[in-house]
Amino acid sequence: MKKYELTCIQCPIGCALTVTVDGDNVTVDGNTCPRGRVYGINEVTHPSRTVTSTVYIEGGALPRLSVKTKTDIPKDKIFDVMAEIKKKKTKAPVNSGDVIIENVCGTGVDVIATKTVKEK
Amino acid sequence: MKHYDIVIIGGGPAGLAAAVSAHEAGAKDILILERDERLGGILNQCIHNGFGLHTFKEELTGPEYAERYIKKVLEYGIPYKLKSIVADISDKREILYISAEEGAVTIEAGAIVLAMGCRERPRGALGIPGYRPAGIFTAGTAQRLMNIEGYLVGKKVFILGSGDIGLIMARRMTLEGAEVKCVAELMPYSGGLNRNIVQCLNDFNIPLKLSHTVTKIHGKERVTGITISKVDENRRPIPGTEEYYDCDTLLLSCGLLPENELSKSAGVALDRVTGGPVVDDKLQTSVPGIFACGNVLHVHDLVDYVSEEAERAGYQAYRYAAGETANGGETVKLTVGHGVRYTVPQSIDAGTMADSVIVRFRVADVYRDRSIAVYYDGKLIKRTKKRIMAPGEMEQISVRKDSFAEKTPDTITVCVED
Amino acid sequence: MTERYDVIITGAGVVGCAVARELSKYDLKVLVLEKEEDVCSGTSKANSAIVHAGYDAIPGTLKAKMNVRGAELIRRLSKTLDFSYSQCGSFVLCFDENDIPKLKELYDRGIKNGVEGLSIISGDEARALEPALSDKVAAALWAKTAGIVCPFGMTVAFAENAAANGVEFTFLTKAEDIKRDGGGFVLVTDKGEFYTKYVVNAAGVYSDKLHNVVCKDEIKVIPRRGEYVLLDKEAGGLVSRTIFQLPTKYGKGVLVSPTVHGNLLIGPSAVDIDDRGDTETTADGTAGVKAQAALSVPDIPYNKTITGFAGIRAHEVHEDFIIGETADGFFDAAGIESPGLTAAPAIGEYLAKLIADKSGASLKDGFISERKGIPQVAKLPVNERAELIKQNPLYGNIICRCENISEGEIVDAIRRKPGAVSLDGIKRRVRQGMGRCQAGFCTPAATAILARELGIPVEQVTKNRPGSEQIKESL
Repeated sequence: MKKYELTCIQCPIGCALTVTVDGDNVTVDGNTCPRGRVYGINEVTHPSRTVTSTVYIEGGALPRLSVKTKTDIPKDKIFDVMAEIKKKKTKAPVNSGDVIIENVCGTGVDVIATKTVKEK
Repeated sequence: MKHYDIVIIGGGPAGLAAAVSAHEAGAKDILILERDERLGGILNQCIHNGFGLHTFKEELTGPEYAERYIKKVLEYGIPYKLKSIVADISDKREILYISAEEGAVTIEAGAIVLAMGCRERPRGALGIPGYRPAGIFTAGTAQRLMNIEGYLVGKKVFILGSGDIGLIMARRMTLEGAEVKCVAELMPYSGGLNRNIVQCLNDFNIPLKLSHTVTKIHGKERVTGITISKVDENRRPIPGTEEYYDCDTLLLSCGLLPENELSKSAGVALDRVTGGPVVDDKLQTSVPGIFACGNVLHVHDLVDYVSEEAERAGYQAYRYAAGETANGGETVKLTVGHGVRYTVPQSIDAGTMADSVIVRFRVADVYRDRSIAVYYDGKLIKRTKKRIMAPGEMEQISVRKDSFAEKTPDTITVCVED
Repeated sequence: MTERYDVIITGAGVVGCAVARELSKYDLKVLVLEKEEDVCSGTSKANSAIVHAGYDAIPGTLKAKMNVRGAELIRRLSKTLDFSYSQCGSFVLCFDENDIPKLKELYDRGIKNGVEGLSIISGDEARALEPALSDKVAAALWAKTAGIVCPFGMTVAFAENAAANGVEFTFLTKAEDIKRDGGGFVLVTDKGEFYTKYVVNAAGVYSDKLHNVVCKDEIKVIPRRGEYVLLDKEAGGLVSRTIFQLPTKYGKGVLVSPTVHGNLLIGPSAVDIDDRGDTETTADGTAGVKAQAALSVPDIPYNKTITGFAGIRAHEVHEDFIIGETADGFFDAAGIESPGLTAAPAIGEYLAKLIADKSGASLKDGFISERKGIPQVAKLPVNERAELIKQNPLYGNIICRCENISEGEIVDAIRRKPGAVSLDGIKRRVRQGMGRCQAGFCTPAATAILARELGIPVEQVTKNRPGSEQIKESL
């Protein structure tokens, strides 16, 4: 049995959650609403995050292109995804929403541009 | 002198939303003056996500949020000038702007929307003792250098102030390979959102030290370290609690200040607490025809509220320029009671008000299980229970026109009660 | 190879640059040697920026003579060399009727020193002129000829005019030793040896070092730190004159003064320290300055503070300036503490004359006596500003929004000789970053401009001396 102490981020109240994992059985204490329960379970069983960063863009009106993972990726992959993003170089023009890296680190999630950068 | 019906000063989130709404209301002759090289303002450097949940019901990054509005500005063909900085505004709504392309140009506006945003409180204003080496940045400056220009300002970072920009930068610099040692916060509570504390600090095991402040900066050329101290309930450092941190960079996220130098030049009256103009329910300042919205009016936590407020300002500016507004003559003053620091607007014109007016405010402390109470001339009208209120999260009430049915009050008071 | 000069001046502070400018009138090969990256990097950059009327110094002392002459020269030079100066006048306050004789003593000294425009006024008269003054002010000595000056502007003006007239400057070069060599000297520096016939020692808080190698009678500089608080221009109008208190043994006490740029300056503290480079501010120092200033002006809006800083004064134990030929061929300008800024041009004039006489150098033809400062674009009338931008569009690209400073002015600051090579160098020349946001908004742009103009990567752009790089790496 494992216990996790978390702060719920679903609303400004910030309930202090205690999530207990006992085999397949996950229980959440300290939440005041159902959203807190779902958050607690997700954070412990498969936490995920959106990663945002920038990549080098050649010939652009800006030196950097801002990007994000299109949806959340597993939290433990954050630094792997960052390493891929850091390696990436792209070329202007780029439109917001363009795919910059496909299926980053095998997550099934694309890294996409969040800015439109025209040619210089 | 060239005339425009509406001139919007600032092409950030507030200015863009004001322009879009003025156009949608029917304004034909709008000009946006933007000092930077591009529209979008501070959102351009806020590459993290979390914007737009209220406005677009989805989670966007700053540039994506800005682009939604920029697209509309382009689609509507609203004229804008970049790298054009306003140097002066007169109370007659004459605007002097400077640009390399055009020189020094004076124009005249039927109505003005102030949307210049805010600036960060610098080290000097905080009075942190020590040397004045390189390596001290406000969080927003470091953010711009990183996300727009592509430079990492430091490798070993200490952050003073738990405002959202500081928290966001803690994560951002960590992701780029810097070691963020700690975030210290003077107050006994964080100024940032819970979500940011969890996802920017806890995710990366960055400690947050509440009731602590930096009491010395070390290093003559570049920061070599800082000393922090615990503070007492009066926010004074407690001798003997000093801790040294080895770092090459100090980031400051210690508050934002509405940037109202131009408002002052136009003779606009300012609120001592917000640092922004005093406005009525139309978001009109003390100078007729000059409106204000966004962080120049009062510092917001969520851009969604900036957009909403700016849309109102843009719409009202349109009505003013079109000669559609008249003074209703029944001014209701908004005042604050216990636990409330300010309200925006500061007054309502009962004669011309909309059916419902949103009044935004901030509380003075963290309150759990208290109520927001609203009084009309001392008579309790409404009491709303709140699980939690904090200075870092803006609160709001709405004042309905029909609530004045019996008698229009002279004063509405908002306060926190048990 | 040993470089050979007629005169080497150690120190490019206000005194060194004033001497250089005066020497540049003569047929002499002159070098200014500076350990920092720029002119005006020591005491000259962090002081009260006051042009003292000249009633403080004991009659007959060098301080008295140089002060009165210096004040007169600054009035003239501010026009010919184009730097900011304002004759705003000053008050010395006393808070006790019993201290009025001490004001009278200052008044008498002033008269003896040849100061004009002095009068003693009552507390009520003082408050009528300066409404922010405390109710406790009993009387004041009013010196109408006192003024304020831009210490950076004045130093840079001297340096630029000296350079225009052939004076050379070398920076990041520290004099470590001095040896006699034939009829002259060899200055040993960390960048090699320099030969010179004459030396002018204008090394500020370090001025006792070379002196004590060359001269028989030892001098001792005690570094005395002074902390200041600078307020936003919004508070600049609180007083319109420099407000002093009766002096103490540590100096002229804490003043409250407008600056030529419209800010409000409060300070300094006075603490003797060991480390000559110890310009840190302290909580106690700042609190002390505020407490002391409150006696003169009780309601100073410290919420308008934009920065705090500290400077080191070169206090010499003999209490007077040491100026003149203190060993054969070795000319001192040592122990230059207050009123050193005021005295600087007079010291320059005096030493240059001594050196010219000794060397037999003659005035050279074609001396350029005037210098035009970098245009303060935002202060120009709109039509002139528009015209200037038409000629050079960079003057229309505003970089520093608080002080309204354009890219053109920043580029000028870098390209002039000697030009800015650091962010602080730009700041001191054109005030970019000196406003209320303290370079928050304009640091990225100023860094990029400096890198472009100097042809270096941004990672090498410094705040001031090497080691003060701002950017760690490119992503």
